[in-house]
Amino acid sequence: MSLIIGLGVILVLIILYLIFRVSNLVTIAKGTKTDEERSDSSNSLNAALFIIFMVVSLGVFFWYSFEYFEDYTLPIASVHGAWTDTLFWITMGVTVVAFSIISIIMFVFIYQYRYKEGRKAKFYPDNHYLELAWTIIPAIVLAVLIFTGLRAWNDITAPASEQAEVIELVAQQFAWTARYPGVKDNKLGGYNFRLIDAVNEFGLDLTDKNTFDDFKSLELHIPKGKEVLLRIRAKDVLHSVYLPHFRVKMDAVPGMTTLFKFTATKTTQEMRDELGNPSFNYELACAEICGRGHFSMRMPVVVDEPEAYEQWKKGQEAWLKQNPDYLKKVPAALQEAAMIKSGMQKDPGATVAEIGK
Amino acid sequence: MATTDIHIQHDVHHHDDHSHDEHHEGNFWTTYIFSQDHKTIAKQFLITGIFWALVGGTLSVIFRLQLGFPDMNLEWLKPILGGWITPEGKLDPEFYLALVTMHGTIMVFFVLTAGLSGTFSNFLIPLQVGARDMASGFLNMLSYWFFFLSSMVMLVSFFLETGPAAGGWTVYPPLSALPQAIKGSGMGMTLWLVSMALFIVSSLLGSINYITTVINMRTHGMSFTRLPLTIWAFFFTAIIGVLSFPVLFSAALLLIFDRSFGTSFYLSDIFIGGEALPHTGGSPILFQHLFWFLGHPEVYIVLLPALGISSEIIATNSRKPIFGYKAMIGSMLFIAILSFIVWAHHMFVTGMNPFLGSIFMLLTLIIAVPSAVKIFNYVTTLWKGNIRFTPGMLFSIGLVSFFLTGGITGIFLGNSAIDIQLHDTYFVVAHFHLVMGSASFFGMLAGIYHWFPKMFGRMMNAKLGYLHFWCTFIGVYLVFFPMHYIGIAGFPRRYYSWTNFETFSGFADLNMLVSIAAIVTLSAQFIFLFNFFYSMFRGRLAPANPWNATTLEWTTPRNPQHGNWPGEIPSVYRWPYDYSKPGAKDDFIPQTIPYSETPESNLPHENELIKLETSNGHGAIIVEGKH
Repeated sequence: MSLIIGLGVILVLIILYLIFRVSNLVTIAKGTKTDEERSDSSNSLNAALFIIFMVVSLGVFFWYSFEYFEDYTLPIASVHGAWTDTLFWITMGVTVVAFSIISIIMFVFIYQYRYKEGRKAKFYPDNHYLELAWTIIPAIVLAVLIFTGLRAWNDITAPASEQAEVIELVAQQFAWTARYPGVKDNKLGGYNFRLIDAVNEFGLDLTDKNTFDDFKSLELHIPKGKEVLLRIRAKDVLHSVYLPHFRVKMDAVPGMTTLFKFTATKTTQEMRDELGNPSFNYELACAEICGRGHFSMRMPVVVDEPEAYEQWKKGQEAWLKQNPDYLKKVPAALQEAAMIKSGMQKDPGATVAEIGK
Repeated sequence: MATTDIHIQHDVHHHDDHSHDEHHEGNFWTTYIFSQDHKTIAKQFLITGIFWALVGGTLSVIFRLQLGFPDMNLEWLKPILGGWITPEGKLDPEFYLALVTMHGTIMVFFVLTAGLSGTFSNFLIPLQVGARDMASGFLNMLSYWFFFLSSMVMLVSFFLETGPAAGGWTVYPPLSALPQAIKGSGMGMTLWLVSMALFIVSSLLGSINYITTVINMRTHGMSFTRLPLTIWAFFFTAIIGVLSFPVLFSAALLLIFDRSFGTSFYLSDIFIGGEALPHTGGSPILFQHLFWFLGHPEVYIVLLPALGISSEIIATNSRKPIFGYKAMIGSMLFIAILSFIVWAHHMFVTGMNPFLGSIFMLLTLIIAVPSAVKIFNYVTTLWKGNIRFTPGMLFSIGLVSFFLTGGITGIFLGNSAIDIQLHDTYFVVAHFHLVMGSASFFGMLAGIYHWFPKMFGRMMNAKLGYLHFWCTFIGVYLVFFPMHYIGIAGFPRRYYSWTNFETFSGFADLNMLVSIAAIVTLSAQFIFLFNFFYSMFRGRLAPANPWNATTLEWTTPRNPQHGNWPGEIPSVYRWPYDYSKPGAKDDFIPQTIPYSETPESNLPHENELIKLETSNGHGAIIVEGKH
């Protein structure tokens, strides 16, 4: 509030200054000052201000960029994140060099060739060699950037391997839910948006036996070092899966499943140790405007060691077990399989196997 | 031909409101309101554009208050915003989104399309090609009034109980299609669509007029290669507009069908508000393709006129020919063509086929080449010039600086692999606000300062112009440069607050800086407003050619009447950039001076042209617009 008042005061001061100027201007406006009396002093002042601006702004730019590097860069926790960040910093190197050179040349020209009485500008309408040079050089530089970028992009978007850990992420206003295929069949069951209700939030199609051991999680657990394939869908409007530390972003689109594969490289604990921040957590954010709660659409993300991840998965209850009422939607022939797969009933086969051991 | 009646008058008391009825044949309504004079229509566009710029700027400051000072009590805004301020004195999160949406819509369409193209294409095309008026004054008038209607509809949407559209300026469905999803997608969105439909009509009427005028109504001797770069820019802009706006219209139309008539162009498999909707088979991605097929060319619709204006002003005030005139035209042509085949770089991570991503990445980065050529040409134009820092020149230099700073980050975003992380973060916000928003805005301001003497017959105060420039130039950098860091840190855009995320918990300081800079920058615009309106009535009387420029508009009287030139339209004998020609006595030679009068400065091939001048001399001029 005090700040607003402060700014208000500044504004008032500006207005007062203007009024002051006006009284001056009125006399000038009526006067006979012609255009030829171009004030040399303000011309030189503007030229000098450009140089000062250039020095100060480039100075602040480089100082801030190096001084606060740690603050504005996010640690990388995925394999492809390392590639894209490398590309990012290569591009940064190339562009900052180009930017600095062009800026300096431009502002120096501006200062050096400021108006001087009696000097005549150079009539220099074109030079094909120069133009050719600065068409071809950027073209070559860009071509290199394009092809390195293309390779990374093709690798990132290539189909996931067969062994990839498939996890479904479902977006809705304003929450994320994950569905895991379950340890028994390791397959995600079918769904249909018409089957969605207050409890069956995935719209699970319980005539598909692959759904029986699927489980729901409000935390996204992923194993370290194993390829993860996110199957992303949205129930209502567009959302976007955004995992900043993993350099992952992919929209969630109603009516269309989108995919993104990546491999995490650091567990939550490793990242905590690396950052020296024991309360660090990975997060999933929504990056596509989705309504009132867009800014609060957060999902905690945990990266486990592969063994711990498998343990965690085993410890989760199947969705069907948590919602036994839905057993009646399972076709009669599959009822028993559903009971067993969802863990509501002990698997007789497993006992046999254990005895056999 | 629909040329309107021309009255050649020498009445310089144009601004004296009390005397207009006696001296002009038209009454108040036909002179100032339903005028068919391109100059008046240009001023109408300008004033409306300035109004919208203020509205758009104010909206941005309101949401910057939220972002920069998340703990601030905004109770004091209650008298204006009413129920949009929650009982706790906070901005309603949904209204925040409405602010963001309206800020974008207003700035992109109303200010930088209508305000910029509408003003300067209208004002400069007839004056610089040497025509009495636009090809159709009537369509031109309609163009303004459709725009006016469109802006009124948009304005009305602010006063709805459910608020204006709030789904982002890109109005992606399903959010924009479902009133259940957000309140702004109710009546607010309907009005948005109606307003945009009217706007598209206005834009098309304008563009068709610009194209026709440039092609058909150039004065004698004004070949295409003698057109000032402003005209080339407006010409390309109009062509882009004619080809791309209808696509937005179709996108909006299909969205209207989905919203109101139960079709499923964009909607599929939606469960919202406790029920599954009947829509199946549609694709939200389709809308994005259609939207960005306009949306990306729109960037150049906004930018090219600004680049044209700055080319003209930089050449004039460097007292040098623009370097590489043909390369400038070529790069604009190339940009105009490429602008139609890069749209999907907005959609790398929307679930579009990744192969398309590869193609669009390739095409997108190619567009950087002509853009780079333009920057190099500007810099070379400054080299060995004799630079006069008029306010118009300062803003043009500012434009080049923004175009460079903002354009270079496009190389990151156009690279689909890097875009995965940067998409929809503040890095993007920084990029397009600099390269498209601020650069074009500076082009508009440069144009106002430069052509104000021709518009209103008076000079704007230069010192206030300097002050305005430096406050705005530094202010804009302080607003948008820190956003690069915030974006690299991963902060997503369109977030009401970041406190829900540990990852985005930092940078309160930079966000506060940005907000303060935004407030100061907006305040600085009042210097301009004062200067603008004060000078309109009380400014120093302008000489006919205050900047010693070569182009045709400066051969008109101080206050050109409807018809622009008393007597014949002048003929053109040379290109528009004969500044500081070796041998010439002045440092500029207007386009109307024949080569036969300047033997001392002619280049060898120009001496050849003297023969043509005599055989085609003044006597052969076709007198246009005389009835």
